[in-house]
Amino acid sequence: MGIFEKAFLKSLWVFHLATGSCNNCDIEILDCLTPRHDIERFGMLLTGSIKHADVLMVTGAVNRQCIPRIKRVYEQMPKPRLVVAIGECALSRGVFMQSYNCPMPLDHVIPVDVYIPGCPPRPEAIMAGLLKLIERRKTNHARDGRDA
Amino acid sequence: MAKTIIPIGPYHPLQEEPEFFILTVEGETVVDIDLRIGYNHRGIEKLCEGQTYDQVTFVVERVCGICSTSHPFAYTQAVEDILSIEAPPRAQYIRTIIAEGERLHSHLLWLGLAGHFLGYNTIFMWAWKLREEILDVMEILSGNRNNYAMFKVGGVLRDIKKEDIPSVLKKIDSIVPTLEKLRSAVMDDPVLHARTKGIGVLSREAAIDYCAVGPTARASGIARDVRKNSPYGAYDQVDWNMIVTENGDVFDKVLVRISEMFESIKILKACLTRLPGGEIDCLVKEIPPGEGIGHIEAPRGECFHYVRSDGTNRPARHKIRAPTFMNLPTFRETVIGGKIPDAAITLAAIDPCYCCTERMAVRNLKGRKLYTGEDLIRLSQEKTDQIKAEMGR
Amino acid sequence: MTRDEILQQLGDRFSRDITSVYEKSAKRVYFEIPAAALVPMAQFIFKDLRARFNIASAVDGREQMEILYHFTAEEADLVLSLRITLPKEKLEVDSLTPVFTAAHWIEREIHELFGIHFKGHPKLERLLLPEDWPEGVHPLRKDYKEWDPGAIRDRGV
Repeated sequence: MGIFEKAFLKSLWVFHLATGSCNNCDIEILDCLTPRHDIERFGMLLTGSIKHADVLMVTGAVNRQCIPRIKRVYEQMPKPRLVVAIGECALSRGVFMQSYNCPMPLDHVIPVDVYIPGCPPRPEAIMAGLLKLIERRKTNHARDGRDA
Repeated sequence: MAKTIIPIGPYHPLQEEPEFFILTVEGETVVDIDLRIGYNHRGIEKLCEGQTYDQVTFVVERVCGICSTSHPFAYTQAVEDILSIEAPPRAQYIRTIIAEGERLHSHLLWLGLAGHFLGYNTIFMWAWKLREEILDVMEILSGNRNNYAMFKVGGVLRDIKKEDIPSVLKKIDSIVPTLEKLRSAVMDDPVLHARTKGIGVLSREAAIDYCAVGPTARASGIARDVRKNSPYGAYDQVDWNMIVTENGDVFDKVLVRISEMFESIKILKACLTRLPGGEIDCLVKEIPPGEGIGHIEAPRGECFHYVRSDGTNRPARHKIRAPTFMNLPTFRETVIGGKIPDAAITLAAIDPCYCCTERMAVRNLKGRKLYTGEDLIRLSQEKTDQIKAEMGR
Repeated sequence: MTRDEILQQLGDRFSRDITSVYEKSAKRVYFEIPAAALVPMAQFIFKDLRARFNIASAVDGREQMEILYHFTAEEADLVLSLRITLPKEKLEVDSLTPVFTAAHWIEREIHELFGIHFKGHPKLERLLLPEDWPEGVHPLRKDYKEWDPGAIRDRGV
């Protein structure tokens, strides 16, 4: 593992994108920052700008107005980039599958690395998902020796 | 002076209705505001027409994650209005307990975010830490931190166990001192006074014209609370006060919400100690043709549901009106004429859009100057720092 | 003002306009009125009876469209609903926005979701649907059909 990859996995900066969600997942992501859960001890920080982000956390049942914006945000992200889908809506749209304004699930819009199910997932689940993502990249790296 | 356009949005984490604001500013003063919503439109009203009455309860729970009790509450009231039945007393008390717990955590959530936008991250951390305690209470009572799934037409789905009540009461008592401390920290701070008093004033007349609801209306001196005006649940059986203030500025909106938290604790404790025995639901076989209206007081204001039944097991029409739908247009009154650093907290004061500010961008018409949402929060925080320095703190 | 006084005043003043009154319960009353009587009656309820405008809900019936305007008289704990029916050939009604600003958004919403035109509305533009949504497709109508061939409606498993 090169120094770059090591530094990358040591401090993932997270950008949060709501795409027509009910807020619950978004609140739980913020909850991760607060004193009880404190995600910053894993080196993760919620950032306000996509240009600084390593991880894109997407919540919500991808809405027609949001699809072009998700793509635009994803293109603006510096590489290497990871995408985490949070909550049932981002996974499969959940109860909103038949909605006229939610035509496709998130992984038809942008590639997704980790899926965290739940409605909403608990903060512990979100943290576990992110840690698994780091873990998997480390093992992949040890096995294949590839960076991205 | 040249006019500058500020687009705000459309992406804001943690809010029920993402919207896109276009602020027009002259120098530092906001002269016009336009709104564009729909980034969160999921067609729930159409979806509800395809679900059975029991399923709709869970669909409307997903209208908003923070008010995940208010919508099922209003919906069950509407269907019970079609049926002309009332839930048994124990169910009414349990509904009230869950609704008040939700109000408590929703107001704390808002307080934390308002503190964040003013540059007081300590308030954010404190309020959210306190909120975790309330979520624990809700987890004991319902089994989940959010989306409690307690409601059904004709009653509630789960009972509150007798053994849980002492521990819940103890937990509620334990948060009161911290809440008191938080209140005095917020209310006695001269910097916060300087930042919020006289800012974003919504006059009484404007609040009537816009039909504002909830804390937004109550801060403008309108005694408007569905819990008092049209009692439902157990609100007419416990003792509590409606909080009304006169000025309509941001400070009053903070004051109303903080005082309401203490009222909520009062209601919660009274309901838990006086929980009557008996059934928790009544048998509902089929919904006759007809129409029903349910309205309840959500944390942000009145939540209104209209259900039309045609005699089948699915609603023919289900109209949902969230409180923010009425409160959001009041920005035209509160933001215009204010300054850019105050826009963040004024937009946050009504509670729907604390996070639009996170995606704000200030753009000169020629496209030279570009601020991001972070810059606007920074501007707001810098103003607080400046006032602090002037006051010699 | 009590419930009876409100109903009395409305009955006296608009006796020729009200087609029928349905008192569902102590807290809910429905008035059926012709579309032409909507603006004066809504104005009277809002300005003189000091009732609050809750919302309007449009309903797509088989033969005609209905719009219900809900008002709450807070002191009397009464929800008044004005029901107007519009024929499907001529979906047009006077706007209430000049009377009270609160009707601005909901009329825009009904306009785009049901395709009902509000005469005299200052800004009848899109509110909720995306810009690329086809003109003339109104999702909350009963005859709405999926128009997007690219939409995926299964879980893919």
